[in-house]
Amino acid sequence: MRLQNYWAAKGCAVMQPYDMEVGAGTFHPATTLRSLGATPWAAAYVQPSRRPTDGRYGDSPNRWQHYYQFQVIIKPSPPDLQELYLGSLEAIGIDMGVHDIRFVEDDWESPTLGAWGLGWEVWCDGMEVSQFTYFQQVGGHDCKPVSGELTYGLERLAMYVLGFDDGNEMPFNDPDAPIPLTYGDVFREAEAQYARWNFDVADTDTLLQHFKDAEAECARILAEPADDPKTGRRIVMAQPAYDQCIKASHLFNLLDARGVISVTERQAYIGRVRTLTVACADAFVQTAAGGYTPEPAA
Amino acid sequence: MTEQPSALNAQLDRQKATDMPDLLIELFSEEIPARMQGKAAEDLKKLVTNGLVEAGLTYASAGAFSTPRRLALSVEGLLAESPAVKEERKGPKVGAPEQAMAGFLRSTGLTEDQLEARDDKKGQVWFAVIDKPGRPAAEIVAEVLEHAVRNFPWPKSMRWGTGALRWVRPLHSILCILSDEAGAEVVDLNIDGIASGNTTQGHRFMAPDAFSVTSFEDYAVKLKRAKVVLDASERADHIWADATNQAFAQGMEVVEDRGLLAEVAGLVEWPVVLMGKIEEQFLDLPPEVLKTSMKEHQKFFSVRNPKTGRIEQYVTVANIETADQGATILAGNGRVLSARLADGAFFWENDLRIAKGDKMQPWIDALENVTFHNKLGSQKERIERIAALAREIAPAVGADPDLAEQAARVAKADLSSEMVYEFPELQGLMGRYYADAAGMPAEVGAACEEHYSPLGPSDDVPTAPVSVTVALADKIDLLTGFWAIDEKPTGSKDPFALRRAALGVIRLLLENDVEIGLKTLWKPSVVMLISQLKLSGDTSISEDLLSFFHDRLKVFLKDKGIRHDIIDACIAMEGSDDLNLLVKRAEALSEALKTDDGENLIQGFKRANNILSKEEEKDGVSYELDPDPKFAEGDEEKALFKALDTADGVIKPAMGQGDFATAMAAMAQLRGPIDAFFEATQVNDDNPIVRRNRLCLLHRIRVICGGVADLTKVDG
Repeated sequence: MRLQNYWAAKGCAVMQPYDMEVGAGTFHPATTLRSLGATPWAAAYVQPSRRPTDGRYGDSPNRWQHYYQFQVIIKPSPPDLQELYLGSLEAIGIDMGVHDIRFVEDDWESPTLGAWGLGWEVWCDGMEVSQFTYFQQVGGHDCKPVSGELTYGLERLAMYVLGFDDGNEMPFNDPDAPIPLTYGDVFREAEAQYARWNFDVADTDTLLQHFKDAEAECARILAEPADDPKTGRRIVMAQPAYDQCIKASHLFNLLDARGVISVTERQAYIGRVRTLTVACADAFVQTAAGGYTPEPAA
Repeated sequence: MTEQPSALNAQLDRQKATDMPDLLIELFSEEIPARMQGKAAEDLKKLVTNGLVEAGLTYASAGAFSTPRRLALSVEGLLAESPAVKEERKGPKVGAPEQAMAGFLRSTGLTEDQLEARDDKKGQVWFAVIDKPGRPAAEIVAEVLEHAVRNFPWPKSMRWGTGALRWVRPLHSILCILSDEAGAEVVDLNIDGIASGNTTQGHRFMAPDAFSVTSFEDYAVKLKRAKVVLDASERADHIWADATNQAFAQGMEVVEDRGLLAEVAGLVEWPVVLMGKIEEQFLDLPPEVLKTSMKEHQKFFSVRNPKTGRIEQYVTVANIETADQGATILAGNGRVLSARLADGAFFWENDLRIAKGDKMQPWIDALENVTFHNKLGSQKERIERIAALAREIAPAVGADPDLAEQAARVAKADLSSEMVYEFPELQGLMGRYYADAAGMPAEVGAACEEHYSPLGPSDDVPTAPVSVTVALADKIDLLTGFWAIDEKPTGSKDPFALRRAALGVIRLLLENDVEIGLKTLWKPSVVMLISQLKLSGDTSISEDLLSFFHDRLKVFLKDKGIRHDIIDACIAMEGSDDLNLLVKRAEALSEALKTDDGENLIQGFKRANNILSKEEEKDGVSYELDPDPKFAEGDEEKALFKALDTADGVIKPAMGQGDFATAMAAMAQLRGPIDAFFEATQVNDDNPIVRRNRLCLLHRIRVICGGVADLTKVDG
């Protein structure tokens, strides 16, 4: 909440989580698609994220297959982004006078998004609390201008600020409330259930079929002409296509967790998802939000 | 902080001694990756000083420095301006066609009346004398620095904001001043909106305010006041001194790690050394696990208790002094470490259960699902080949075949363990721990750890026979496998590190005196590959692989001072797939050729060989009969007959015993008689019988020398 208020005060549009299963806040179209093209952009949002292979049946103190990221994306990256970021840490109660904050090299690459950037992981007293990235390429497109992306792992950050070693023990509401609830009370049961389903039960044939369906639908959407015959308007459907891409990516993660993808196949699947992302990125730059300007009528 | 003699102090001392202008440059950016800082400072120095010298600005000395946020360069004793130069250029002849004149005038920028006509050998020629006036240092510096920034060789660079400039991370400011006794002046330049100035900033948290500087000395002093130690080696020295002091005070010792020290020195501008204790419950983890986990994840130094030999504490280096003397920082780091080590302990206990209970079998079975290479089957299939091969070659290495096979079967089992999954660099070592825990013989555990060795030219070579056997089998299978599927290294591409593997085999064989032919060594491996994988390849890969080994051997021996041509002369001989034999022969030949006799013998041999070859070709016959001494005419010829008999009598038995040195020395003795023979005798005598006898004599020289090495391949 305080992070949201801070970034709202710094001029970011506070957005809601994207309503699909994603592996990280970066997948939100507010980051992937909006980092493309020249149109300025600034947004901040919480994104529940799912990483099936990280499931630990709710037993791990700091690993869950469903967790929360707080994401900030600003295009073009402002010159004082590091100071803004440090300000956000102060805002959530991290005192720069007693803590040791470090920017440690960490280059970011997402093969499925066809994206990479340079930046750091930010350490607070030896713990990684954020990822800080200057996007160089997304969906195979050079980022011009460059977006600055900040990703905070909310559970870890909360553990740090609240001083908990086990994230499951963190209070999720007011500890003095009539019904005090911890993070574990809220999520542990679901973690165990999803871990079992992700690792052992999910039907791989169905998942595979869904993957193929999403892949086909994405291609079909993008193959439609830009001009809508019904309204007569130019409507490039980049985002609906990108939804299919998100789906395919999550299905791939589930298949991976089920252990049915071999090392060599893995590369092939990643390549297939990337092909979709790149196609969506190509489409997005053909939209007004992506910086497309219609050619003046002759 | 104690004053240490350092590059920085030396730089300051030099500077005081001069009164020519000094240049100070600082490029201030967001955090530069630690691993790139040292080279970047050197690159800055090289680019700028080269540029200055090229433009005529010489200097007395230069020093480059780096911190996480800045690259700095101090150049002192610079010329205030580049010297004026007179350039003379020769043009066309006087009276040359108009076109030639016009072209010359254009290229020199002069008019005809500014040219001088001078006398030349072939008449009068136009000369242009161009005065290039000196340019002020500031102008040159600005150009050179801009060029350096725009062409900086970062391993990876990026753009930011709306700009097109590339730097390792966003570049924020450029400090660039020329200073002399009269004061300092800013060198004007502006690179994509970043204007030069005379200000910088101190430590990000402890002294963030901007301040201006007037010279390098002023800069270094003010930076230190602003909690920045400019010199990386000074930071490293401070860290090491403080860490060892703190450890010593508690009766401990810091485990040395130069790579880590350099990295940590690149992560801080103001190093603050803090020492903490590892929680008691983790102290029984293998020390390598503690060390690796702390180093890889946290960049901590390990601190050992010399009394127990265990790693019990750690040193972390913070970038800030705090009111609580680092208590909060240490507590936070301790929490992170405990969480990491809890993971480590979890892996260790799970692994030990499988090692003790199931003798690692589930791990070996799991390797069935791990593809080694899609054409070479699974890791498990590979292990079966290695095990069978190890059994075959064990006797030649002097190892027990049963133990060698057992060791080969478990040597890679740890690849399936949780610990190695987490820390791949612990492969082999964990294998030893787990083999020991499984109650296997010590030789097996040692082989698990050592069978990857040697990894490089300076890496230790295992000596225990079982380890040597498994190490050989592992590498031979790798090589024959990739040869069988025709994935050989080409040019700079060697994705499977096959050159390294071949060098490993070479060193294992040579340093352990294993006398076995390579073809014998890999024959079972090739047969297995073909049958196990149903490859269509045949045993012809053997010859090709052998010549690959010979190439690697040449590289290896070249470093030991043995010439290519000498190795070639020995490779041409029979049995050259036994590397020990081959190397002994090459060493002996190399020694023999260093003597005067040896060197000249080559001439004599080649002469004999050339004459013989020519006459044989001409006559269409081979002169292979034994020459008869009764047809020998002069003393020299008779002496040669005798010398050849003597040499033959020594060389044959010596070669039989592999005593190359004696054989080569005997061969070198032939130099005198052969030279004398050629001096005194005409081979192509008018008498056909004498001629034939002499040609047969030359043939004998060819045979005797040729039995030692193929001297035709030796240069000279």
